[in-house]
Amino acid sequence: MSGEKDLEQLKKEAAAKAKAAALAKMKEKEQVESKEETAAADLDIAKQKAAAAAKAKAAALAKMKEKEQVESKEETVAADLDIAKQKAAAAAKAKAAVLAKMKEKEQVESKEETAAADLDIAKQKAAAAAKAKAAALAKMKEKEQVESKEETAAADLDIAKQKAAAAAKAKAAAAAKAKAAALAKQSDAAGDDEKAKAIAAAKAKAAAAAKAKAVASAKAGGGAGDDEKAKAIAAAKAKAAAAAAAKAKAAGGKVEAEPAEESKPSPNQPYLDKYVKVIEENLGQDVLEDYYINSLSKDVPTLVAKRESYFKVAEFLKYNEQLGFDYLSEIHGTDFETHMEVYVHLYSYRNRQSVALKVKIDRNEPTIESLQPLWAGADWPECEAYDLLGIRFTGHPNLHRIMLGEEWVGHPLRKDYEPYDVEV
Amino acid sequence: MVEDLLHSSAGWLNFGIFFLLAVVLLLVVLGFVTYAILAERKVMGYMQMRHGPNQVGGRWGLLQTVADVLKLLLKEDVIPKLADRPLFIIAPVIAFAPAFMVLATIPFTDKFQFADIGVGLLYYIAVSGITTVGIVTGAWASNNKYALLGGMRAAAQMISYEIPLIMSVVGVVLLSGSLNLNDIVEAQKNGWFIVWQPIGFIVFFIAAVAELNRVPFDLPEAESELIAGFHIEYSGFRWAFFMLAEYVYFFAMAALITVLFLGGWLPLPFLGFIPGAVWFALKFTAVVFILLWFRSTFPRVRADQLMEFGWKVLLPIALANIFLTALIMELVKLF
Amino acid sequence: MIRTEEMLLNVGPQHPSTHGVFRLVVKIDGEIITEAKPVIGYLHRGTEKLAENLQYTQIIPYTDRMDYLSAMTNNYVICHAVETMMGIEIPERAEYLRVMAMELGRVASHLVSWGTFLLDLGATSPFIFAFREREMIINMLNELSGARLTFNYMRVGGVKWDAPEGWVEKVKEFIPYMREQLVGYHQLVTGNEIFMNRVKGVGVYSKEDAINYSLSGPTLRCTGVKWDLRKDEPYSIYDRFDFNVVTREEGDAWARYHVRLEEIEESLKILEQAVEQFPAEGEILAKVPKIIKAPKGEAFVRIESPRGEIGCYIASDGKKEPYRLKFRRPSFYNLQILPKLLKGENMANMIAILGGIDIVLGEVDG
Repeated sequence: MSGEKDLEQLKKEAAAKAKAAALAKMKEKEQVESKEETAAADLDIAKQKAAAAAKAKAAALAKMKEKEQVESKEETVAADLDIAKQKAAAAAKAKAAVLAKMKEKEQVESKEETAAADLDIAKQKAAAAAKAKAAALAKMKEKEQVESKEETAAADLDIAKQKAAAAAKAKAAAAAKAKAAALAKQSDAAGDDEKAKAIAAAKAKAAAAAKAKAVASAKAGGGAGDDEKAKAIAAAKAKAAAAAAAKAKAAGGKVEAEPAEESKPSPNQPYLDKYVKVIEENLGQDVLEDYYINSLSKDVPTLVAKRESYFKVAEFLKYNEQLGFDYLSEIHGTDFETHMEVYVHLYSYRNRQSVALKVKIDRNEPTIESLQPLWAGADWPECEAYDLLGIRFTGHPNLHRIMLGEEWVGHPLRKDYEPYDVEV
Repeated sequence: MVEDLLHSSAGWLNFGIFFLLAVVLLLVVLGFVTYAILAERKVMGYMQMRHGPNQVGGRWGLLQTVADVLKLLLKEDVIPKLADRPLFIIAPVIAFAPAFMVLATIPFTDKFQFADIGVGLLYYIAVSGITTVGIVTGAWASNNKYALLGGMRAAAQMISYEIPLIMSVVGVVLLSGSLNLNDIVEAQKNGWFIVWQPIGFIVFFIAAVAELNRVPFDLPEAESELIAGFHIEYSGFRWAFFMLAEYVYFFAMAALITVLFLGGWLPLPFLGFIPGAVWFALKFTAVVFILLWFRSTFPRVRADQLMEFGWKVLLPIALANIFLTALIMELVKLF
Repeated sequence: MIRTEEMLLNVGPQHPSTHGVFRLVVKIDGEIITEAKPVIGYLHRGTEKLAENLQYTQIIPYTDRMDYLSAMTNNYVICHAVETMMGIEIPERAEYLRVMAMELGRVASHLVSWGTFLLDLGATSPFIFAFREREMIINMLNELSGARLTFNYMRVGGVKWDAPEGWVEKVKEFIPYMREQLVGYHQLVTGNEIFMNRVKGVGVYSKEDAINYSLSGPTLRCTGVKWDLRKDEPYSIYDRFDFNVVTREEGDAWARYHVRLEEIEESLKILEQAVEQFPAEGEILAKVPKIIKAPKGEAFVRIESPRGEIGCYIASDGKKEPYRLKFRRPSFYNLQILPKLLKGENMANMIAILGGIDIVLGEVDG
């Protein structure tokens, strides 16, 4: 939910200040193109971050994403790209954004090495820059660095970008941009990324200072000392970080996952991220009520669909190319007294991944679409849920009381069940 | 001895003698059935690495079947309410009577035979077909779906396998030039027909197992599919009659195989000092043993495969065997 | 004119080949099934409802009674679910005892499946042979747990009893013996023409159907899906053992038969390695609280039982009883495909198909 709001906010702001962005993008693109293919994904992320930075509230989310990316740097490139797209979409109201999207999509489709993605990022950043000038610059720099460096450090860079975004309020963006460009050309040390991050965390009250540091670090070319400095700075300005954390918590849904992530992010987080992105991209923003990693259940990515969109989500999970959950492992209902819940555990033999899909339904009128048309294996389990909990599955070809028989009174697994006895 | 009686004039005395002989034979057959069942259980037991009956009647369980029969006799005679009562009652009799009748023509030794009729072989095969009528009657009268399915299977199986059964014996008839079972045995003095008619023997043996409704052709009473098939509603003594019919056929078929292909009472070369009855018993036992062995080894065939096998495999082979036999005989005559 | 009618035939709930109180209402035309409708629930005991009022340890005996041919895996799945929620580390020795118990159980279960399948097909001897070997396994598990069928052996955090003296040696001796018997099984049954005709091409379904119908275990692997939770989502210590996931491509009863028999061999491999690696001593129960309380939240775990994927879902509100307990029972899911398979088959194939799916009614009905 919070994510959506953020996006909207982002959009508004971006729109408001988007005018100047176009020029910035152009410049960035040129730069990007001059560089080579590497780390395209990272760039996208950076863009996203920039967008987030524009508002700063979204920063927490961005961090989450980035962390995930960092941890699973390998395959997740695709996911990052998706994220980038979404953000771009958010920025959509900005007039220039439309063009940016077009470009991004194309890039996404041809995910290979081409620097196209970088360009998109640049666009996004520009948009963001319109609002948070300093942030955009910071990102730019980072991106450039990333590109010049190998892919490994890319994730770190992204994080840095986000932080920089957080620092967004720092003014004098133009100067920062210039610096960044220079840095990009020169720098090649991973250390720079870290520094950038630290800086971002600090929020860089004095944006100029931050820029200076970044420049310095870039020049130093990967000295560990620079990183440490950056960290120190970050510490000094830790207020910003705390605020970001608070925001992240407030974002809701992720409350559970958040603490775990801080300490040791789940290996399945990228998957969850991917699922959510793909779903939101294709079905819109408002189909999922919630999503999180269920750390109690072997870190299974869990999606909570809205009642109205449950079937749509399930159908999408099965038929989408990227998801392809072709196997229904389990479906059952639970009576939580405040509501009923249907729990579906899906598995994709193609991608070798699991997902849990849940939906909350009204307890007094427990009706939900049947999944039987999608997975034939849902036939009997749904009958069982109907029998024992009274959940009606609409569209089920043969919904009957499979265990107890039609003459049984009541649904035993409901918490308010009273055994019916003719003689009493 | 029996021959003389058969040709003497009819009278109460003759009737009495025949009746007495028949009763004696019945008792012998019952004795055989009793111990055939025991043997089946023991053989299967040992093949399955267990002991089989070993409590009633000493450590060999010699009285186990007797106890079982007694139990069956004392059991309540249940006739389902919706069964066709007269048919239900008469069916076991129809099934059992032919089983006993066919025994009359079987020559156990050159002297011990009840009716030495010219078409003994045909008589056997014709009469044994009547049992199927009893089975179908019982199945239908039971008013039970499983029984009906079993009865239908029995009818189909009988028709399908009666034909290769007869066709495979034609070779034997060609070689011996007679349908009389005594003549057939005599014709084997120069070598048993199992040697001269190996194809015929194999076809006959398979068809015989199918005729007996024994594993792997026990479809009419396939207990894992039709629970008990045609006799599902029968209990007590009526059920025992079906079982009796089955085992008497078992006895008769083993005897017939011995006569047709194993040289009956004829001894092996240089072992002529052993009486014919012993030889017959030995060969007969060997056949019985093989049938029991089948039972503990094979799974059951499927109904459609059974039909296919009967019509598409056994029948052509049997026909080819006839041609081959005739051809070889002509060639032998020429040179 | 001859008029034929379809006949409605009730197969079960008392029928020798439905392996329990399973009822199948079939419409037959002659012997050809035109429609089959399974009716279950005769053995429904409301395990899930009962469990809502029981402590976790008290639920374990109930799981024994679900898939009573492979109670060890059932024991394990509930313990595993609670352990996953609580994050309990299981002691080495306990893990090995669990794995050995489960694999012995798997061998026993596949033996029963093999024997009863052939009994359904009309062959009596394999059944006796299979039960003879199974008896040895049951004796071993009896020594371990004190019960022959409903073991109630595992606990949250480990196992209840340590292996008695000489038990591991017995397992060790059993492995070569069982291998030898398997050769005999193949000689007796596998090459038999009648048997091959009965099972080849019977009850065929495709890989897609198998996945769509949520089949699991041998019924899934017989279509060529290489999927075994022991290998693909390793739980316990299965990642330490070297074994193969047996698959066949045909998707018929013949393939299922082979997958099961070969899985016995793979289980023996695991047993062999487990016996080798078995730690000489050590704890058999982790330090767990006296009263086990799963943390608030929910968990769903799934493991590989002989019949497929057995899962356990626990929703806990932090109390000592589960708020909601749900078992994903493989037989229940596997049986769903039956009506589809039976259409157009004859009575004899019906038995072969049902036997090939290998259900346990205690599990189907929950």
